[in-house]
Amino acid sequence: MPTYEDVEVGTTIPPKSYQLGRLSLVKYAGASGDFNIIHWNERVATQVGLPNVIAHGMLTMAQGSNYVTEWADGDPGAVLEYGVRFSAMVPVPDDDQGATVEVSGKVIKKLGDNKVEVDLSARCDGTKILSRSRAVVRLS
Amino acid sequence: MALNTDYVGRVFGPGEPYEVSRVKIAEFAEAVGETSPLCRDREAAVKAGYPDVIAPPTFAIVISMASSKVVQDDPGLGLDYSMVVHGEQAFTHARPLHAGDVVVATSTVESIRAVGGMSLMTTITDISTVDGEHVCTAKSVIVERGK
Repeated sequence: MPTYEDVEVGTTIPPKSYQLGRLSLVKYAGASGDFNIIHWNERVATQVGLPNVIAHGMLTMAQGSNYVTEWADGDPGAVLEYGVRFSAMVPVPDDDQGATVEVSGKVIKKLGDNKVEVDLSARCDGTKILSRSRAVVRLS
Repeated sequence: MALNTDYVGRVFGPGEPYEVSRVKIAEFAEAVGETSPLCRDREAAVKAGYPDVIAPPTFAIVISMASSKVVQDDPGLGLDYSMVVHGEQAFTHARPLHAGDVVVATSTVESIRAVGGMSLMTTITDISTVDGEHVCTAKSVIVERGK
């Protein structure tokens, strides 16, 4: 993790890609208790007008927190605040690739007390899936 | 307006205490792809200065979603869950949740607004230990699409 002294407004975090397959959605449904059928049943998802089974918004949100946690030396406790707006759904096809979520970020504010505000960008197939995605991270 | 605006300001809870467990934290971390040992290994978490394994930053949704679901399921609210999409979500942590925490969640409907043909409902959920220590605030905006 860079230290608070090291980073500046504009410092970027190396981008990272995360793969979400149908199994990811099954595991997340079990772990979170969100068994909404549109996240696991293609027949019903397409019946209600979705292109395919879609990922839980909260699962895509977690890719962003995985990303800043890794930047913060693997300490999830360093992520003091995290918020997102869900701007597009993530269809997850029933194949070996699933969906790929690309996350990038940059420091937008130094808040004092070793805390920085990070602006995150998460895209799937070029479409922004999380907008207004911000985290407050405590650095060393 | 589909949603009953009388619900603005209404408080739901505190609900039943929820015991945060190491097993559940590890299961959640695995499910979201969080690889940190601090979410699985007590020794590593203690070495990093925590009392026990700590939850990843979005884990609180397990607790807050159950609490806000009580609000959403209230028949007087008039919400059609089949028309709902998750609009926004945010967490502010006083400290990370850790294995051993026993917490309760209290949800307040902060606002109900009509935007275009849709209804937006904002719910704030406070998660505190049964001893009264505030741990996390979750803010959720759900969107009920118009018919």
